[in-house]
Amino acid sequence: MSISLEEVRHVARLARLDLGEAEMMSLQSELNALIGHFEDIQHLDVSAIDPASHAVTMHNVWSEDLPGECLTRAEALQNAPVSKAGLFVVPTILEG
Amino acid sequence: MTAADLARAYARRELSVREGVQSSLDRINEFDGQVGAFLKLAEDVGDQADRAQAMLDAGEGTPLTGVPVALKDNLSTRGLRTTCASKILSDYVPPFDATVVAKLKEQGAIILGKTNLDEFAMGTSTENSAYQLTHNPWDLARSPGGSSGGSAASVAAGFTPLSLGSDTGGSIRQPASLCGIVGFKPTYGRVSRYGLVAFGSSLDQIGPFGFNVEDTALMAEAISGHDPRDSTSLRHAPIDASSVRNGSLKGLRVAVPKEFFGDSMHAGLRAVVEQALDTMRKEGAILEEVSLPSIQYCVTTYYIIAPAEASSNLARFDGIRYGPRAEGSGHISVVERTRAEGFGHEVKARIMIGTYALSAGYYDAYYLRAQQVRGLMVQEFKSVFDKYDVVVGPTSPVPAFKIGELKNDPMALKLLDFCTIPANMLGCPAISINAGLTDGLPVGLHFMAPPLADERVLQVAYATEQALGATMRAPFP
Repeated sequence: MSISLEEVRHVARLARLDLGEAEMMSLQSELNALIGHFEDIQHLDVSAIDPASHAVTMHNVWSEDLPGECLTRAEALQNAPVSKAGLFVVPTILEG
Repeated sequence: MTAADLARAYARRELSVREGVQSSLDRINEFDGQVGAFLKLAEDVGDQADRAQAMLDAGEGTPLTGVPVALKDNLSTRGLRTTCASKILSDYVPPFDATVVAKLKEQGAIILGKTNLDEFAMGTSTENSAYQLTHNPWDLARSPGGSSGGSAASVAAGFTPLSLGSDTGGSIRQPASLCGIVGFKPTYGRVSRYGLVAFGSSLDQIGPFGFNVEDTALMAEAISGHDPRDSTSLRHAPIDASSVRNGSLKGLRVAVPKEFFGDSMHAGLRAVVEQALDTMRKEGAILEEVSLPSIQYCVTTYYIIAPAEASSNLARFDGIRYGPRAEGSGHISVVERTRAEGFGHEVKARIMIGTYALSAGYYDAYYLRAQQVRGLMVQEFKSVFDKYDVVVGPTSPVPAFKIGELKNDPMALKLLDFCTIPANMLGCPAISINAGLTDGLPVGLHFMAPPLADERVLQVAYATEQALGATMRAPFP
């Protein structure tokens, strides 16, 4: 398995990274080094094994639906690069 | 001075909290220019010291009251800049405290400042910081390890008796090993991750650094316990530090996986580790070699799971709600440029690999399969833990390497993580203690125990530390 420059471009688009050509090429070789190792686990028979995540099995963790403390509007906005009238200002999404 | 010594000095009124804290600050001001452990010092240290003194005077002190602590800069601190050593959070001031930070404040610990790390905790040398290098107090030309290199260096340099790091694939234990101190990763879920900037959410765990096991256990107790704000948090009592002295090596069943002693192991380091194992035998421990073949797949598995989870977690950094925002024409262009300018190279590489592993057509072959291999590791280790109390090995196959030595070979650095990654895959508790020196550089000894056996791994580490007598101060300055 290896990844083409075209695929690197596609993945960068999915990852929302505006990469230059030089960075794209350098990442291509780094990704290929890692993907080469990904082959190491392809031959293992894991069909009967459940995927693992948490060390201790947990199911359906719900919290009580109760009002509690939360951030004030000013606190929520304090780190925003642009805000106006108590709201986050976002870049243009719709054209025209 | 250790945290326990400091608490005793406060209790006997030999020292005021202001004096205790000032001696930490003096040492930082004099020597951190050479070490580079801290990214930011807190400005309200005097007020914190007065509050802690009031707690002690009122008889409401805890073992950590008045004890200076350093926090890895991926732990949210209300009102204190938190950058994750990334440009994308260069001016971010959290409006809330991480649960561990809130707990430390309640117990009167002094939050001295925020320490350097590999950007977003991605790395094992602290060289991936967007801001500065951190130097190993044992040899300033060498790396302290990483990603929690600043927190490890702070304790090793005697700046703070205690610090906190985070561990996704060894980021507490490996720097502890390279800096000659103790680093502990508790069972996944015993310490709340609320307010830890997420990297690999199924692997991340916050944990303490200390000069010795006793101090480290005190910090573990202080930060652990159930937290309704973290849905993966376990409903268990905090880790019990008072039981740490109860352990004994007599009759202890210890598994020694041969896979941890591979060809990549440094010869001098191997000798120190084997000598430590001999000491354990002399103290009555029963050591047996075992084989855990899945260890050979852990690095590959890790470098699928951790970047996949990171690519999702780091999607939130888009320049809309926090962080600098780049110029662009339209929403997508602004986000793409903000991220391209804000993230460093290693972070971009990991986001890319993770996005690739999760993308259409590859999910089953990579991420799902990696989680199944993780299941295989859980089964293999379970069969070993059915027969043995703990698993032991080196923490890192090499002692501290020179800064820059492996910078151009990121794959070589990644391949060194195989001793620490299994504990993250299993979610089990694991600790690194100092076993001695090779060519003047510390060598870490690593213990793992089954999930929830946090007290056991601390007790075994304590008993081994006593038998080895290898706690030692870095020859610094």
